[in-house]
Amino acid sequence: MSQLIVPQKTYIYVFLSLIGLTALTTGVAYVDLGPFNTMVALAIAFSKMMLVILFFMNVRHSGGLVRIVIVAAFFWFALLMAFTMSDYRTRSWTPAPDSWSSAPPTHP
Amino acid sequence: MSDVESPLQPDHVGLAHQFEDLDQQQQSDELGIWLFLVTEIMFFGGLFASYAIYRSFYFAAFEGGSHILDARIGAVNTMVLLGSSLTMALSVRSAQTGNRRALVLFLIATMILGGVFLGVKAYEYNQKFVEHVVPGLDWAPQGEVLAHLAPGGVQHAQLYFIFYFAMTGLHAIHMVIGMGLLLWLVLRGRKGSFTPQYFAPVEVVGLYWHFVDIVWIFLFPLLYLIGGRY
Repeated sequence: MSQLIVPQKTYIYVFLSLIGLTALTTGVAYVDLGPFNTMVALAIAFSKMMLVILFFMNVRHSGGLVRIVIVAAFFWFALLMAFTMSDYRTRSWTPAPDSWSSAPPTHP
Repeated sequence: MSDVESPLQPDHVGLAHQFEDLDQQQQSDELGIWLFLVTEIMFFGGLFASYAIYRSFYFAAFEGGSHILDARIGAVNTMVLLGSSLTMALSVRSAQTGNRRALVLFLIATMILGGVFLGVKAYEYNQKFVEHVVPGLDWAPQGEVLAHLAPGGVQHAQLYFIFYFAMTGLHAIHMVIGMGLLLWLVLRGRKGSFTPQYFAPVEVVGLYWHFVDIVWIFLFPLLYLIGGRY
């Protein structure tokens, strides 16, 4: 929440860059990049996010505490994705032991 | 708040009693809204993570679902929302420079662009009913739509549209709340409640608005673009 006043031009240029990136990502959606389709779309979205965070939200001029909070949030999100996907995507690698699927033992 | 103002302390307009000075209050305000936005990242993060899981399980169905959305409408709407972020940033700047008229005009422009976005969204939701691709309520895709969905399994595509409605719906709710906050800012800004020393509400609502914009920046490629349009 800096008192620093950013020139109006800066905001306009950032906005034009964002529009350009939106046009780019839409255009790329019509080109087959094989396994990179999703990655390119997400990379462009990430660039747009960084422009918004650094310029529109003015984190460039924010203090260290705010930056730590933001980085921690994205680190948490990376953990969520990494652990969730490493669980779900590897379940099929090893079959469940037979005993797991049998009927529960009956007690006399 | 005007009854506690003192002509000797013009810097202290809007200063809450628990803070030493406006600078400390501003730092607390900024940290506070960011902590709230962190909870929002966790909130939307769950949806993004489950979207990733089901997309990896039913890839063809999700691609088929994405293909049915109109990427051009999505792109235009993304630009409208980015425009609203620009006007929001400019309204914060107008508050900083003490230009009350520009502040109110930019806030109103932000509301109008937000309204255009929601209007287009409403049109798109209506299209889903026309195409009978509303999971649960009206699921009977036909013709060309069915042809796009068939390769991935028509029933699995229903899952894609559940994510579509849940994610864009939650985003739209955030937009509606944001527009309510903007209206509140317009009413306060017109009365001259904000000065170059004190404009924290404008900045805090601005950060929220930009965050909602960022959520859409990711929803747009994930829902509209990666749909095998080649």
